[in-house]
Amino acid sequence: MILMIDNSYEAVMSRKNEIMKKSVGVDYQKYEIHGIAFDYEKMLSDSGYPIEKIRQIQLETGVGNTQLVELKNINRLIKKISPKGKGARIYVKDEATNPSGSFKDRRASVSVYRAKELGFKGVIAATSGNYGAAVASQAAKKGLKSIIVQECYDSRGVGQPEILEKQRACEAYGAEVLQLSVGPELFYYFLRLLEDTGYFNASLYTPFGIAGVETLGYEIAEQSIRQFGRYPDAVAITHAGGGNLTGTARGLKKAGAKDTKIIGVSVDLKGLHMASDRDFNKKSFTTGHTGFGVPFAVFPDRADVPRNAARSLRYMDRYILVTQGEVFYVTEMLANMEGLLRGPAGNTSLAGAIALATEMNEDQIIVVNETEYTGAGKLPSAQLTFARHNGIEIRTGDPLKEDIPGKNIVIPSSPGLMGFTEYPLQSIRKSYLKQAVNKYGTKDFSDIELEFISEDINIGVEKVKEYLKEIAL
Amino acid sequence: MQNEKQFFPKGSLVQICFTGLRPEERTANLPEDTRKVPLEIRVKGFLKDESACIGQEVSVETVTGREVKGKMIAVNPKYEHNFGEPVPELILAVNKLQEIMKGDFDD
Repeated sequence: MILMIDNSYEAVMSRKNEIMKKSVGVDYQKYEIHGIAFDYEKMLSDSGYPIEKIRQIQLETGVGNTQLVELKNINRLIKKISPKGKGARIYVKDEATNPSGSFKDRRASVSVYRAKELGFKGVIAATSGNYGAAVASQAAKKGLKSIIVQECYDSRGVGQPEILEKQRACEAYGAEVLQLSVGPELFYYFLRLLEDTGYFNASLYTPFGIAGVETLGYEIAEQSIRQFGRYPDAVAITHAGGGNLTGTARGLKKAGAKDTKIIGVSVDLKGLHMASDRDFNKKSFTTGHTGFGVPFAVFPDRADVPRNAARSLRYMDRYILVTQGEVFYVTEMLANMEGLLRGPAGNTSLAGAIALATEMNEDQIIVVNETEYTGAGKLPSAQLTFARHNGIEIRTGDPLKEDIPGKNIVIPSSPGLMGFTEYPLQSIRKSYLKQAVNKYGTKDFSDIELEFISEDINIGVEKVKEYLKEIAL
Repeated sequence: MQNEKQFFPKGSLVQICFTGLRPEERTANLPEDTRKVPLEIRVKGFLKDESACIGQEVSVETVTGREVKGKMIAVNPKYEHNFGEPVPELILAVNKLQEIMKGDFDD
């Protein structure tokens, strides 16, 4: 008798939890308390590894221990354009020197280690970004097979150059790459693959993935003490799904840097719909933008695991937005003034840091927590040429005043025009609560739930209650 | 453009495309433009059929050993993403920084 498996969209999505349990090796049910509340710290400590163990895993695969480089020329420029007494110094963690060229190797190293330990034959990841290359690279090292599922093409069959470059990189590391057209149902197909292959789900959002990034924050704290005698005043982190920010912030705290401000930075893509076939190739950034940054902060559990270990609101002190033009500008600046050809998406946090530095005191220090490799498809020349072919106007001007994502890319005509838009955390917190009220159909949360929410969005219980009162059922 | 009538032998590395979801099978809450088109999936593998030409339905074996069926759309497609054209606006904008720096670089 042949058992027919129903592979319709609804049927596969309804099997989500059992597929996840088998493919991640984490029984998420164990950490549920009730309603919205679950035991976040227990989930992370049970399912992750202690930081010493992770450093060992990463040492064996050549991951981490990257340089913390002072951007001396950019820092001189910052001094020249800052008011008297202002102009913080910037150091950058050169994560591009990881095996596959980004901090994502930290994340992948622990997931792939876990997959191997649990006896899986292969790993699968749903990602259009550097994480695919990282998973493929780590799997190659461990002798596991890898499958990467990416959202790559619009309905005309035109691929985003940066994502096509990731396809090339993944294939170079021996991965099978599935390239999908635009749409959130990528997740549906991802579940089918997990079911068909029995491979490990190397999700970006498991406790292992996040634990892998903690070493990044830990190293920053240690190197800061060694190189300038104290912890940095702020760490600027490109924010998308929340793992980079969550892992780095946790690592900093574990190392003792408890007062360092955590600044999330995203590229502002307001007005572009992330699931729109037409808008897909009108953006020049495939990650590090508000299309991921805002929804993942508002509702972390939208990820491909039942409970997301990346919970950015717990750690974020400020969230600032920069424009596409500013990021291309600082990418060129980094190459021309510091001899570091990197990015561009990973330089989102650098653009934010430069703008912030001009407002901070001259004795303060900001660390930018990453760089990423660059090349064909990724370079500003590649992305801006593609943008022009898609009818986007490229010119110099005042990006903060003139930027319209999908219509133009405005490169600052002078460095003094670099700036940022503050995204009030208060409004993200309120959106989080609105989402929670909708999902659970009540405003009447128990004390345990209120306590959980208070930790999850990093405000007091009284404030949570006050915000809840403002929400209509 | 590869010749549509040319036949390629078993074992050729080819790219196939198949429909993951037809427009009517797609999830709700999609923008209008995306809802009108199917979810398409492309993958590469080694041709399992004795021979085939572009446009035919074929089976391939991927590098992980999976068998996948779909329409053959290319034979060993070239990686065509590139470095693009230098961007004069960007070069000029960064060049202006030299004037501000007035030679004050780290030595």
